[in-house]
Amino acid sequence: MQSMQLSIVDYVILVSYFVFVLGIGWALRRHMKTSTDFFLSGRAIPAWITGLAFISANLGAQEVIGMGASGAKYGIMTSHFYWVGAIPAMVFVGIFMMPFYYGSKARSVPEYLKLRFDEKTRGLNAISFTVMTVFSSGVSMYALAKLFELLLGWNFHVSIIISGAIVLIYIFMGGLTSAIYTEVLQFFLIVLGFLPLVLLGLKDAGGWTGLQAKLAMVSSARGFGAGAWSDSWSYMSTPSANPMGVDMFGMVMGLGFVLSFGYWCTDFLVVQRAMAANSMSAARRTPLIAAIPKMFFPFLVILPGMIAIGLTYAGGSGGFALPMKEGGVYDYDLAIPMMLAHYFPSGMLGLGLTALMASFMSGMAGNVTAFNTVLTYDIYQSYVRPNQSDAHYLWMGRMATIFGIALSMAAAYVAAKFNNIMDLLQLVFAFVNAPLFATFLLGMFWKRTTGHAAFFGLLSGTGAAALHHGLTKPLGALTLIKGGWLGTIVHTYPSEMAQNFWTAIFAWTTCFLVTILISFLTAQKKSEGELKGLVYSLTPRIKEEGVPWYKSPAFLGVVVMLAVIILNILFW
Amino acid sequence: MHIDIRYPIGAMFSLFGAILTIYGLTTSSSSIYARSLGFNINFWWGLVLLGFGVIMLALAWRGSPKQKTS
Repeated sequence: MQSMQLSIVDYVILVSYFVFVLGIGWALRRHMKTSTDFFLSGRAIPAWITGLAFISANLGAQEVIGMGASGAKYGIMTSHFYWVGAIPAMVFVGIFMMPFYYGSKARSVPEYLKLRFDEKTRGLNAISFTVMTVFSSGVSMYALAKLFELLLGWNFHVSIIISGAIVLIYIFMGGLTSAIYTEVLQFFLIVLGFLPLVLLGLKDAGGWTGLQAKLAMVSSARGFGAGAWSDSWSYMSTPSANPMGVDMFGMVMGLGFVLSFGYWCTDFLVVQRAMAANSMSAARRTPLIAAIPKMFFPFLVILPGMIAIGLTYAGGSGGFALPMKEGGVYDYDLAIPMMLAHYFPSGMLGLGLTALMASFMSGMAGNVTAFNTVLTYDIYQSYVRPNQSDAHYLWMGRMATIFGIALSMAAAYVAAKFNNIMDLLQLVFAFVNAPLFATFLLGMFWKRTTGHAAFFGLLSGTGAAALHHGLTKPLGALTLIKGGWLGTIVHTYPSEMAQNFWTAIFAWTTCFLVTILISFLTAQKKSEGELKGLVYSLTPRIKEEGVPWYKSPAFLGVVVMLAVIILNILFW
Repeated sequence: MHIDIRYPIGAMFSLFGAILTIYGLTTSSSSIYARSLGFNINFWWGLVLLGFGVIMLALAWRGSPKQKTS
């Protein structure tokens, strides 16, 4: 394997980046006077900044490394995670849901659930969310430390401590504003750090047509039709025709509807960025502005993976080849790091590694700021010590930040020790998340939905997900963590991804139906006055006054949807 | 209002751009550029970063009086 040798210039760039993010926290420390400043940036951030932070916060380890890996493993079909699995949901949350999140003055997503439904629904969401964010930032940390150990020979513990300490310091000082500002910085760093890699790789592969020819070799070597790696939709009529093993219905419903809307519309990690915006109009524009760069991210993170696998099969000028894991399968996770090592000389290598570091840190900071807000407002203020002074909750926010980072570090070590526990936890989170969007959809658009219905609907959706997972398994699964742990196998899916999509579909449908049923059987405890601003039919229509037409959410939404349709057609 | 984020972004990319451009100039005949397909990628991409950084700084400088009034 090609290892990396860093020279002084690379370290200068990396260290300067650390100085800049810490400097931003330092400059903001005097502005954190109230808990609203710390947790919601005083609701004073312009839309272009919250929009870029909206993408960056979601841009953790899974994005850069994982999407590059999927690009190599599945080809351009990975772009469905953007063009189907992100953009439509981002447009929906901006146009239809943000009026309730921002307008209700809820300070978090669980708090919205408390206002709309009841205490127990909030508690359920707050607790599962805090546990989940800590574990995802822990997994992110673990992945970073492992990667830098492998590539550069850095000590695993030192990487964990340094990355954790830096994120801790700047959030401790500047709260959400620090996180948002550094996320914008990280956004530009990621784009400008990876773009030259894509350009060099594409040049080496002979442009898009050259890459298509190389990917055709990959496709035929794996027994698929020629365009299976370079066409996003053409091979989706049956699961067996494409490397992902999914069909169009499972993709559009499972990923495009349930999973995508469940994440982008209900996950406080991203919604918090929009809540920090300086006006209702800016809050609604946040996800729409985010959608514009987001739709081009496949070219930045998926394309390098496709180039990596294409060159491995066909051979480029310098003989790039993906390394193998033990057992003779390609180590897809190394696609982007190996491309960096292959094409970047020292100097640019420092920039590329800094961009990689930035992507990990922005994801971790996103998790930590969402964690400290929910922990302080929805757990501490609600159940532990209510009716304290605002200064007390500001102090608690800082303590929650330390606590969150410490737990993330602990989770990183758990991930290092027991791989299975982490897989199991991620599976449980998937069960918890899958039905969420049904609850929000009914809560926001049907005033009859009751608190009991929301709570038991969520539980039944999670139960349905677990049951479906226990009764099915993907082809060739060896461990029970992949499914089938109930003993009887009712159905075998062609791939793990297809199974995941269908688990989500079952969970969502169950939650949706059970919530409706229980709503009819239970009494609505909230009066119409209480639900004003929380439910569509009881909220006055928003008039975007003083906002020019090109800044109106409806116009931006239409433009974004048209652009994404064009991208789908171009790469059909 | 808080600090204008365009200042630190502009400053950081101007610095990175300057470092890479100078490093590219001093290593222009080096064999390290074989891996970047013969391009002196440090020099050229350094210029791109420098341009981006300077534009950000200029926007922040031009926009700063408006920031205070709003």
